[in-house]
Amino acid sequence: MSYTFLQNYWWCLISLLGGLLVFLMFVQGANLHLGNRMLSDLQKRMILNSTGRKWELTFTTLVTFGGAFFASFPLFYSTSFGGAYWVWVLLLITFVFQAVSYEFQNKKENLLGVKGFRVALEVNGVLAPFLVGTAVGTFFTGSDFKVDKLAITDPSSPVISTWGSGWHGLDALAQPHAVVLGLTLVFLTSILGALYVLNNIDDSDIQAQMRRTVRISTIPFLVCFLIWTAVLLFRPGFAVDAQGTVSLENGKYLHNLLQMPAVLVMLLAGVVLVLLGIWKGGFTKSRCGIWYGGVGTVLVVMAVFFLAGFNGTAYYPSFSDLQSSLTIRNSSSSRFTLQVMSWVSLLIPFVVAYIAYAWRQMDRKKITQEEIKETENKY
Amino acid sequence: MDAILWSRIQFAMTAAYHWLFVPLTLGLALVMAVMETLYVVKKDDFWKKTAQFWMKLFAVNFAVGIATGLILEFEFGTNWSNYSWFVGDMFGAPLAIEGILAFFMEATFFAVMFFGWNKVSPKFHLASTWLTGIGATISAYWILVANGWMQNPVGTTFNPDTVRSEMASAAAFWEVVTNPVAVSKFFHSVTSGWVTGGIFVVGVSAWYLLKGRQKKFAVKSMIVGGIVGLVGSAAVMLTGDSSGIHAAEFQPMKLAAAEGLQDGGRGAAFTIVPGIKIPKMLSILATHDADGYVPGINDILKGYTDNDGNVVPSVAEKMERGRKALDALEFYRIVGDQDTELAAQVRAALDENVQYMGYGHLQKPEDVVPPVGVVFWAFRLMIGFGMLTALVLLLSVIFGWKDKLEGKKWLLWAAVFCIPLVYIGGQCGWIVAEVGRQPWTIQGLLPVNVAISSLSAGAVKTTFFVFLAVFALFLAIEIRIMIGAIKKGPDTVEPEKD
Repeated sequence: MSYTFLQNYWWCLISLLGGLLVFLMFVQGANLHLGNRMLSDLQKRMILNSTGRKWELTFTTLVTFGGAFFASFPLFYSTSFGGAYWVWVLLLITFVFQAVSYEFQNKKENLLGVKGFRVALEVNGVLAPFLVGTAVGTFFTGSDFKVDKLAITDPSSPVISTWGSGWHGLDALAQPHAVVLGLTLVFLTSILGALYVLNNIDDSDIQAQMRRTVRISTIPFLVCFLIWTAVLLFRPGFAVDAQGTVSLENGKYLHNLLQMPAVLVMLLAGVVLVLLGIWKGGFTKSRCGIWYGGVGTVLVVMAVFFLAGFNGTAYYPSFSDLQSSLTIRNSSSSRFTLQVMSWVSLLIPFVVAYIAYAWRQMDRKKITQEEIKETENKY
Repeated sequence: MDAILWSRIQFAMTAAYHWLFVPLTLGLALVMAVMETLYVVKKDDFWKKTAQFWMKLFAVNFAVGIATGLILEFEFGTNWSNYSWFVGDMFGAPLAIEGILAFFMEATFFAVMFFGWNKVSPKFHLASTWLTGIGATISAYWILVANGWMQNPVGTTFNPDTVRSEMASAAAFWEVVTNPVAVSKFFHSVTSGWVTGGIFVVGVSAWYLLKGRQKKFAVKSMIVGGIVGLVGSAAVMLTGDSSGIHAAEFQPMKLAAAEGLQDGGRGAAFTIVPGIKIPKMLSILATHDADGYVPGINDILKGYTDNDGNVVPSVAEKMERGRKALDALEFYRIVGDQDTELAAQVRAALDENVQYMGYGHLQKPEDVVPPVGVVFWAFRLMIGFGMLTALVLLLSVIFGWKDKLEGKKWLLWAAVFCIPLVYIGGQCGWIVAEVGRQPWTIQGLLPVNVAISSLSAGAVKTTFFVFLAVFALFLAIEIRIMIGAIKKGPDTVEPEKD
């Protein structure tokens, strides 16, 4: 296995993990419906218990996504996490509150009341996809940072990656294109959440509400997605030549799409599947829209990551110092580390298989009002 | 205070807080799994109800443990940006593998364990309970491989072209995975978790007996929890011995600080508390030889000859060579591709001194001395509380087996009071391990002042107080929920007296 192959392979795995993370954010999207006034407290609790059996998978995927990025592209971890400090800290806090909200929410000793932790889940439902989407949006708009490896020999200022803006990541909010991707993800996860609840809960009122949500959320989702895609295809992109020199290229991402037909097919197939999922969930009586929407989401996100990183493109560009931009080549781990991790990655199908088996075992019986009323083990 | 100090305080707080939840997860998982196995084997509903009660407490603890684990992972990047680049090649891999191999196992089977009683077969449920605990244990292994590497950085080489420590070869990963410090830390930490879980179960059960409630449940729980805790205690002592040997070999300054040993020598005595010493015992513990040489703080500063006859340079000399390495690195980066012959010469000078490059960042030799008082007393509290809890566990099992626990109120109270003590002991263990290796993030390679991110002190201070508030809130809620659940007691295991 050549070093180049290993670097590309790990970018593919990062892309896959990113796709799975966005898909599994149906948990965040579904939790947004806890504030639906058309649902009773019992029905809201059914939704809470439905996502409560999956939130750890989302959380674990986030941790693994972070860990894999750290291990395979440590310069990204170093530059983005240390630089865009407030974005990551904010994301962290919303996820930390989400993690405890399930267990704490319906315990009378919880100090903040049911509502306090329900609000925490709703805030996480909005902020998590928004921040992740905006952060990924900066893969195309660029950020304000500089990388100077020689700095480590300077005792007065030894930090290799420095952020230019004192806003430390919140400056991304001033980049409309990145923000639109954040909004796209908020609406997408709301749709996925509704599709998941449709599939997982046996309750006609909830199902009617979820179908309605799918229909309503689809409009802003499509608007945001189309705007983001249109701007992406015609904006200048960050091209890297064989020597590693970064320069701006007009229509770079459109060129990437045309020069990588497999990615174009992946993107189109993903979009079609997401739309099919929306159609099935919002406009038919089918309950399996989540699977179409889920697979479609994974494909679209992977295609977006491929556009950002492959075909001579800097995936984490610096607009203030182009040559500091991060590429798959200049930011990855060493060959040996990638090689060892690649062997370990062969276990991923096994992990996916046992997750699928356990998921199937648990979801054979859908959640009903009776179950929530009668069972002791619930959130 | 500057950003470095605030980052250190924030990370220390997060790690210490995380360690409040992890040991109970590790220990309680084993206790629950044993109890559920008894249910499946004996088909006795008593054990099912008993396991379910401990599972409720486990679930509350588990959630906060997971949440704080994420904070730690993020903080490596947010607060220790240089560290992330400098050692990401070595450190990131165990973290990623931990995610793939362990976290998904925990997450998947925890959901089955907690919600699956009426959804899956008893055997699949039992397997899920065991796999939840096994997942947590595998997770501990990989994070301790990462931590062990920070204490004893094996299998790595410095690459001046990328300016970082890299894996020396694919086979070197095996060195990292089997690093003796990591292996020893894994067994020491996991089995200390068994002690925590054991004491927690024994202490809570003792409270029921003191209140005259749930006698059968309490006695049986005390026996199972006591045995798990006792096995853990024995293993902690054994692995503690190997930890001492490793500290002497790889981190002699940590050992000297833990002993408050200013001037070492052959046949060194072990200090129980100031003024009370056991002759030659430190040499025995550190080298397994009554006349083995143990360097003190001053010896390490001035340089010494170790037990194998190797001359260890003074810290001042290491600093001088470290600065030479840094100068060579700077020159090498500037010369680069322009003059390959000169670059090769500079590279040779770098290679000659690179093992001390971390010392080049230090200001003065005394920087390598950690806070001696903190490490010294933390070490003693860890050992003292460890021995006390082991004794309480032993007596609980003996009297529980003879069904004579009810009359031993002193023992029951001791078991209750051991709950906070086992936590303090665990925290002290990590204080010895982590404060004892200061100023290094990576032993000998990267001091904390170079591992940081480019952040203002105000930014880190703000997040420190935010996390402090969040942690305090969560801890208060967790304790309230736990106390509430304990007061309520297990469901219908046996009728209450009153």
